[in-house]
Amino acid sequence: MRFNNSTPIYLQVIDKLKADIISGRIGLGQKMPSTRDLAQELGINPNTASRIYKEMESQGLCFKKRGLGTFITESDKMVQKIKIDMADQLTADFVEGMKKLGFSSEAMVDLMIKKVNYSETEEAENESSC
Amino acid sequence: MKAVVELNNVSKTYFKKVALNQITLNFAKGKIYGLLGPNGSGKTTLMKIVAGLHKHTSGSVLVDDQPISYKSKAMVVFMPTENYLYPSMKVKTVLQYFRDMYQDFSIAKASGLLEKLELNAENKVSELSTGLNGRLKVALAVSRAAPVYLFDEPLNGLDPISRKIVRNLIAEAAGDNNAVIVSSHLVSELEPILDRAILLKDGSVALNEGAEEIRIQKGKSVEELYEEVYRS
Repeated sequence: MRFNNSTPIYLQVIDKLKADIISGRIGLGQKMPSTRDLAQELGINPNTASRIYKEMESQGLCFKKRGLGTFITESDKMVQKIKIDMADQLTADFVEGMKKLGFSSEAMVDLMIKKVNYSETEEAENESSC
Repeated sequence: MKAVVELNNVSKTYFKKVALNQITLNFAKGKIYGLLGPNGSGKTTLMKIVAGLHKHTSGSVLVDDQPISYKSKAMVVFMPTENYLYPSMKVKTVLQYFRDMYQDFSIAKASGLLEKLELNAENKVSELSTGLNGRLKVALAVSRAAPVYLFDEPLNGLDPISRKIVRNLIAEAAGDNNAVIVSSHLVSELEPILDRAILLKDGSVALNEGAEEIRIQKGKSVEELYEEVYRS
């Protein structure tokens, strides 16, 4: 994993883990690596790794079983919630960026619809060519 | 956590040149410290004082509450930046040499690391590339068990893969029972493993802050802050 050193590393890792939970790459109830293994895997500080689990625990994304380690939440609702949160964040970033470029709300929506349609036709073409 | 290394108003002068000017710093177990600054800022001098290789001119230096002595030297692992290993020795002989030199050296751990680091025990030190030499030096250091580790410029001159390996070795060696101090001017390479960043400028402490706190509060990388400090 490559990091942007200007933003807190623990937040970057949490975002990545959230995305992995949403996409199903990390399953519900799955056991997570120990903090030391996580630190090694990502090439980060061990204290940052334990901060990641602490923070995720306080958000209800994972829980500790005494003597067994850290596990991802088993709640479907939780996954839905972080999915909505992340979508919300992405949309907010998009809107903010477009406003900075001077786009009106209508132009923004127009462009968005065009983009969605375009990527859908592209996907369809890719499938038919396979 | 109580500090395992304490420097109080430490100064060091070489004849008229001031290398360290009234440095006060604490290093606690369980943390990785980055000692950052350009060449000549005092990083190596500070490390050599803690390692007991240089004597400070004034102030006090305590390792585990004891002044610098042969006892404190046994508690400090110091990896110098120079290539100090005998070129004609085979890697396996270097390991045996370390076992004989240091009571706390685990030859089993070092041998285990050789394979992981793609080092051949039968090679002579002189046959190793710069990258492999850098890996060997760090492997030897982390195979000792001590409360204080000092790595002087461990990333210097290494290829990107070796840099990553060395960085991970250092992070892996860090634990609740030791303080790890790493000097470097390759800030961006090092900063993901740091707890704290200490910036030295002309022998004084210009900054001493948590790495994540810098990112949270200032929205900056340690490297960006480093550039600000040294440009002004």
